[in-house]
Amino acid sequence: MKITESEVRYVADLAHLKLTEEEIRRFTGELGEVLAYMDKLNELDTEGVEPMAQVLFEAEETATLRDDVERESLGAEAALANAPLAGAGYFKVPRVIER
Amino acid sequence: MDVARLTIDQIREDLARRRYSAVELVEEALRFAEAENPRTNAYLHLCPERALAAAARVDERLERGEDPGPLAGVPVAVKDVILTKGVRTTCGSRLLAQYIPPYDATAVARLEAAGAAILGKTNCDEFAMGSSNENSAFGPVRNPVDPERVPGGSSGGSAAAVAQGTAVAALGSDTGGSIRQPASFCGVVGVTPTYGRVSRYGLTAFASSLDHIGPLARNVRDAARLLQAIAGRDPMDATSAFAPVPDYLAAMDGNVRGIRIGLPREYYRDLASETGTLVERGVRLLERLGCRLEEISLPTTDYAIACYYIICTAEASSNLARYDGVRYTWRAPQAETLAEMYRETRGQGFGAECKRRIMLGTYVLSAGYYDAYYLKAQKVRRLIARDFEEAFRRVDAIVTPVSPFPAFKLGEKIDDPLEMYLSDIFTITGDLAGIPCMSVPCGRTAQGLPVGMQILARHFDEPCMFRIAEAFERAGGFGGN
Repeated sequence: MKITESEVRYVADLAHLKLTEEEIRRFTGELGEVLAYMDKLNELDTEGVEPMAQVLFEAEETATLRDDVERESLGAEAALANAPLAGAGYFKVPRVIER
Repeated sequence: MDVARLTIDQIREDLARRRYSAVELVEEALRFAEAENPRTNAYLHLCPERALAAAARVDERLERGEDPGPLAGVPVAVKDVILTKGVRTTCGSRLLAQYIPPYDATAVARLEAAGAAILGKTNCDEFAMGSSNENSAFGPVRNPVDPERVPGGSSGGSAAAVAQGTAVAALGSDTGGSIRQPASFCGVVGVTPTYGRVSRYGLTAFASSLDHIGPLARNVRDAARLLQAIAGRDPMDATSAFAPVPDYLAAMDGNVRGIRIGLPREYYRDLASETGTLVERGVRLLERLGCRLEEISLPTTDYAIACYYIICTAEASSNLARYDGVRYTWRAPQAETLAEMYRETRGQGFGAECKRRIMLGTYVLSAGYYDAYYLKAQKVRRLIARDFEEAFRRVDAIVTPVSPFPAFKLGEKIDDPLEMYLSDIFTITGDLAGIPCMSVPCGRTAQGLPVGMQILARHFDEPCMFRIAEAFERAGGFGGN
């Protein structure tokens, strides 16, 4: 599958990634090459094969649920300690809603 | 003491006989790591306070005549994608250059509970994405065997730390070969346990259905001792397995007579000639030890790279969505709107390989392509896993090369992403199937470059894998020292 520059721009937008013009040109070539290689999978007949999303082992249905008991949490101060900008117990971000 | 030659068995004996204290040992390891690091860039940062506090606790226990734990005083390095409370954890990324985790990964907590001393955090490809360690935002790692060459990736710093002798053992992470390939390039033992055998709580997520934590060490026994300490169910990781953890050391009884070993013909093509020769020589040694060899076929091998790079990039694009400038330390300064802040932070923060994978993953998951790529790859993954299931009806273990070639030169492959991806051919299948696999040294090329042999076993059959590896290492004299 070849990929066009405008598709690369569209995907970068979906991924919230700001790319430079040079990166867009480079990724158009590189992603096209990798995707063409991936088309190889179409050689395999997978009719009726169940997709494998995860390696799972047998366990009782509720085994992975912990007991519903109260326990100490991280706390707001620790959770916010790595925030680039925080205040009043919240993460701060640029204004979203215009008045 | 010579830190570079110590094994865990030796440390246990030395501490018991009071030849040195745990604090003296850890001080020496820290001094050595600091002196050696300019040559390799294996460590991103050391944490002497934490290491010495752990060593002091061991000495106190010894003083009181208590059991100091199975890893007492052992200097261990930890890959910088694994969280250490209060100790900077960067994931090799500019985005997390100042990130201080508020909690410990379960594997780290269990190592310390067993008496180990965490020396520091090791360099790696950014968010564990790479096969050469050249994708670190903090400079590449150089192979201690030959500084012109890469140590492999993504756990290149961990492999280099063990190979250069500054750490007796290390933790790495493996999604497509990131423990075994650097172990083979640096001449140490690297173990990727069964999926779910070791808790990933506190491992920065790359591709969640494929991520593993595992040990690197100078010999098989040491690697098994580390796995023994970190394996087992963890309520903090719902994907960790309930299966009881067997006694790995007891399994290594030296008797491999009658063990059936499969040699998949798809893994013995297109090898660099010396790699082929050394692995084949290793296979003949196993035969002399009494193993029964059988040629087998894993017919979907040729599709594994395409399958793997669809699944891992799809999962990565989702896992890396959290680095948006809100919670994790770095935010692009100029942005005025929220959307611009996301785009600028991610665009400036991520390195080239992470961006490439986010783009690929977003593309294969996007409307119109999901069925053709992601769903198709998940079906192919089932076929790859079935290949192994069928093979393990006839054989007890499978032996292959780890990498088609030994350590390559810095810069040699970095400009061709597809070629770099193709070099993972022998290691990604084990991750896709979720079976335990490891790299054990099997000799060196004429130029002195280490080559690794891979052993793969059934789900949770680490005992069989270790038994073969330990007998092989002993008979071949590959155990270091």
